[in-house]
Amino acid sequence: MSKTFTKGKMVAVPSTSIIPERDIGSTPILECRHLGIDFGGLKAVDDFNLTIGRTEIAGLIGPNGAGKTTVFNLLTKVYQPTRGIIMLDGMDTHGKTTEQINRMGIARTFQNIRLFNNLTVEENVKVGLHNQTAYSTATGIFRLPQFWKQEKAAHESAMELLSIFDMQDLADYPAGSLPYGAQRRLEIVRALATNPSLLLLDEPAAGMNPSETAELMENIVKIRDTFQIAVLLIEHDMRLVMGICEGICVLNFGRVIAKGTSEEIQANPTVIEAYLGKKKKED
Amino acid sequence: MNFKNRNRSARTDMLTYLGVTVAFIILTVLKSTGGLNRSQTGLLVPICCYIVMAVSLNLTVGIMGELSLGHAGFMSVGAFSGIIAAMSLADIIPSPGIRLAIAMVVGAIMAGIVGFLVGIPVLRLRGDYLAIVTLAFGEILKELITCLIVGSDGKGLHIIFNITGSKTADDLHLLEGGRVIIKGAQGATGTQTIATFTAGFILIMVTLLIVQNMIRSRTGRAIMAIRDNRIAAESVGISITRYKMIAFVTSAALAGAAGALFGLNYSNLAAAKFDFNTSILVLVFVVLGGLGNIWGSIIATVVLYILPEALRSFATYRMLIYAIVLILVMLATNTAQMKTLLGKLIPGRKKEGADNE
Repeated sequence: MSKTFTKGKMVAVPSTSIIPERDIGSTPILECRHLGIDFGGLKAVDDFNLTIGRTEIAGLIGPNGAGKTTVFNLLTKVYQPTRGIIMLDGMDTHGKTTEQINRMGIARTFQNIRLFNNLTVEENVKVGLHNQTAYSTATGIFRLPQFWKQEKAAHESAMELLSIFDMQDLADYPAGSLPYGAQRRLEIVRALATNPSLLLLDEPAAGMNPSETAELMENIVKIRDTFQIAVLLIEHDMRLVMGICEGICVLNFGRVIAKGTSEEIQANPTVIEAYLGKKKKED
Repeated sequence: MNFKNRNRSARTDMLTYLGVTVAFIILTVLKSTGGLNRSQTGLLVPICCYIVMAVSLNLTVGIMGELSLGHAGFMSVGAFSGIIAAMSLADIIPSPGIRLAIAMVVGAIMAGIVGFLVGIPVLRLRGDYLAIVTLAFGEILKELITCLIVGSDGKGLHIIFNITGSKTADDLHLLEGGRVIIKGAQGATGTQTIATFTAGFILIMVTLLIVQNMIRSRTGRAIMAIRDNRIAAESVGISITRYKMIAFVTSAALAGAAGALFGLNYSNLAAAKFDFNTSILVLVFVVLGGLGNIWGSIIATVVLYILPEALRSFATYRMLIYAIVLILVMLATNTAQMKTLLGKLIPGRKKEGADNE
């Protein structure tokens, strides 16, 4: 099952986006068309189009306040979009709730870490495995055989997932007591536990030092290869974005200003302007 | 490492069962050998009821993390439906033990249904708003029960809903040999007191089994995940409404069973007994025992329920001293030294203490 991908050739797809060439034969995992949301009179996100391939690692970048996290909240239906459609694996997600979206295959992490602080690391992952286990409340109360069987399985999967980041030893600590970097990693593990087909990472490298970031980059690629899933990440660390993202989408003031591979983005004058401001006109 | 932790929580559960059992055996022996005087014996069943109340409220407040101020409302639903069940079945089932069991099950079911109905609007709210609305529902339940006039005879149950206040028990038109069970504001009168300490012990054990096993299952993790971070819980595919409802209804049902036992311990019982003060009293047990801490709730209930009785010799100053003791206990247990000491004495408490520093 595990396959390793190198940064592949990007090809154009109809909805004004690009996906890796290897994914062209299958339905894109995510397709946003003319997506938009208004908060009062403010168009926080407008005419957002994006297509993500099945095994693509995509990046969403932009200056502060550009609307990146809002896009994540739209994808996971924390906000219901005002306009446009989101197709997940070819299925329209209109009217779905956050919880249903997760079951359909989107898992996410949060910019400001949201762990279950009073539960242990292992329990956090087991909460992620919630819909992977299926015994009733009564079975749990009376500890019927199904309870023991599924709890054992859940424990084993939790440990296996934690081993991605080498965190098995931390299993018993309360999640809130972990150092910052470990908390970020645990959030990723918890998201993975829900068995997603698209993983949304909101600033996964925030607060990490260069060596931790390098390790994280390797792990994101490893996760994609192992689970054969797509990853969409928001990140300010350009080394990470340019290093592992195949398709990159740049957002400014709620609108897409550029889309392309890392080379294209780096050379794009609009992007440079958005980040660094306009060049002064010379007299 | 991991097994140590899992064993630790399992061990805490086991110790709780063991502690309750040992206490029950000791008290039963004392009771039969005459080691307890009459007023002390009279406290046994109410203590059992309040322990169940505290443990079940802990499920809502400590585990689900929502402040409910209407827990006594569910207790009263259980109490009066339990009394009605036990009294109307008096001729059909002569065995008081079986009737008591039926009454507790009926009380639990009725309170569970009411909990579900109350939960539909209430669980849409959060925090302060939820607390205020549960308070209101508790009072509404009390007032509704005050309007009830119930009697039973050969033809079955007769129920009048005395909203206007003009009706009396005579309006039931009972047949010869029928008996009035609940007389409106007067409450239940002439109830056979069939509640026993053993039944109380069994109810506590069942409650502990349900609550502790639930906490350590998939359901409990989901409930605690919602408490810790609602948005994250939603994002991993947990249905917020469903699991909040499970916790709330379970909590209400257990309160109902406790109510039934409580109701059948007194020959006269008015709905006014289950007012806001009772809800607060139970909440005090829960908070002082530690939120989410099951055996803490049990100990706090026992100590705080006995304390006012033990302070009878202070006569007028009784409640004043009670209040001072409450404050002192809170101050004492909240210092760093005390937490370290507790951490040393009690396994599994250390982390909690260190966290709060």
